[in-house]
Amino acid sequence: MPAASTSKSGFSADQLFRLLTSAFAAFIAVLFIVMLAVLWHQSQPSIDKFGFSFLISSDWNPVTDQYGALIAIIGTLLTTFVAMFIALPVSLGIALFLAEIAPYWMRGPVGTAIELLAAIPSIVYGMWGLFVIVPIMASSVEPWLYHHLGFLPLFSTPPIGIGILTAGLVLALMIIPFIASITRDVFLMCPQNLKESAYGLGATNWEVVKDVMIPYGIKGIAGAVFLGLGRALGETMAVTFVIGNAYHLSWSLLAPGNSIASTLANEFTEADGELYTSSLIELGLVLFLITFIVLSLAEIWLHSGNKKRGI
Amino acid sequence: MLNSRAARRQFTNQFILILSTLAAVLGIIMLVWILGDVAWRGFSAMNWDFFTKLPVPPGEKGGGLANAIVGTLLMTVTAALMAVPIGVMAGTYLAEFGKHNLFGRMVRSLSDILVSAPSIVVGVFVYLVMVKTMGHFSGWSGAVSLAILMLPVVIRTTEEMLRLVPDEMREAALALGAPYWKMMLQVVFRAAKNGMITGIMLSVARVAGETAPLLFTAMNSPYWMESMNEPMANLTVTLFNYAMSPYADWQQLAWGAAFLITISVLFVTITTRLLLVGRSKH
Repeated sequence: MPAASTSKSGFSADQLFRLLTSAFAAFIAVLFIVMLAVLWHQSQPSIDKFGFSFLISSDWNPVTDQYGALIAIIGTLLTTFVAMFIALPVSLGIALFLAEIAPYWMRGPVGTAIELLAAIPSIVYGMWGLFVIVPIMASSVEPWLYHHLGFLPLFSTPPIGIGILTAGLVLALMIIPFIASITRDVFLMCPQNLKESAYGLGATNWEVVKDVMIPYGIKGIAGAVFLGLGRALGETMAVTFVIGNAYHLSWSLLAPGNSIASTLANEFTEADGELYTSSLIELGLVLFLITFIVLSLAEIWLHSGNKKRGI
Repeated sequence: MLNSRAARRQFTNQFILILSTLAAVLGIIMLVWILGDVAWRGFSAMNWDFFTKLPVPPGEKGGGLANAIVGTLLMTVTAALMAVPIGVMAGTYLAEFGKHNLFGRMVRSLSDILVSAPSIVVGVFVYLVMVKTMGHFSGWSGAVSLAILMLPVVIRTTEEMLRLVPDEMREAALALGAPYWKMMLQVVFRAAKNGMITGIMLSVARVAGETAPLLFTAMNSPYWMESMNEPMANLTVTLFNYAMSPYADWQQLAWGAAFLITISVLFVTITTRLLLVGRSKH
């Protein structure tokens, strides 16, 4: 018997301690599996009835009891795409500024300010979007797009302020601080002597970033982007306020639409009938699986650089 | 030739530097803009009634969100009471026993993924297992869904804070003959206490602003709660309903709610950051 565990109870207490902590660690895995199982089980009526066509049908009609997820799925992907399109360059710029350009005294405060933006609850973004961004979009941005780029299918419907584009914009504002602060952390992990070697060869700031820091941290940056992507896909409140909640299929970003999360937020408590409810649950399951895949990729990439993330 | 190439490189460099600085300025402007709007419109909704009165029907003057404030506090605290013990234990496993083994890696990755999982799906899940089986919306189910959202955050912060405790301290305690559990309780947890508390406060601040998981669980109520076993008023769902309503009075109250939530969350976040300064930052 080892000298450290002098009493019999000490020895077993240690084992108990280890067992107890691992049981609690197992809890979260069990929780995850139970969540999947419950969602899967409760979507059965809808899965039985519609099968695979649930994913490709655009017919969502509680009156005729026909449900297809296509409009919600497209809405989710489109808002996310718009959000990433805006958020990516801006957050890379912010990260670059914080890691490489800003004078030292400025990096702390500006970095904290960006992180504070990430802490503001999403419902505040949504509400602010509805009362502040929507009027601006309706009165100037969208009419301009409509008149000058209206020949493109993307901007072909009359501007009304709410819709996919506005939802994407609000979503972008929400994920920018998130992606920016993680990317900054990734940039900061680049070894100083690697950068100095490049500077020593006469490289400019931008060349150091482009040829040294980005290649060095590319997996971490991909991870940060996918983390933001996962957030954007599953975000409810920032989108529900401004997306317009309409069911028609349109390629126009100016048209109102619906995302999976906003459909759930608006209809779940009011759904009557087994098929309606289970179709909504299946929507939730689809969203859960999509975000799980995206976030798993983020996890793999962020950890292949084996460092921890921001908040 | 050489000069023009150098000039072009310099130009590209300057151009990118300016763009990136503009992006950062844009970020700051957004922060000021959002906070300014919320503070400006929300502050005027603040008065004694806001904190002490029940909501009134649209059209009637006055009224406040006293029940929603209490409801949010109650559910958040209950959620923390559920999530913190589980999360601290699980985090302890990850930091002490599960550093390199497969199970530890799996739990760690899963927690990381669940931190960003869509909160509305958690709401649907809790609706199915609690609200549907109990037959009614309740404060308890709201608290459970908030707890599920808190759990992965608590696990990961606990792990990080415990890992900051130097191994020498563990070895010193073990060398004095302390059993592992005693070493954890009396040495490691004590050393990591401040970090863990601030981490937990951060996770509380995060879930306090959550709306989506409460929509189908706690729902909302215009009355004082008698217990947590009934639909429960809360700030975020009230904010959602009031902001979407066509009544100016209600929208005004919604701005008030947004202000209150935002300053509380930011207050906790800033305080926590100040306390954490010099700790885990690389």
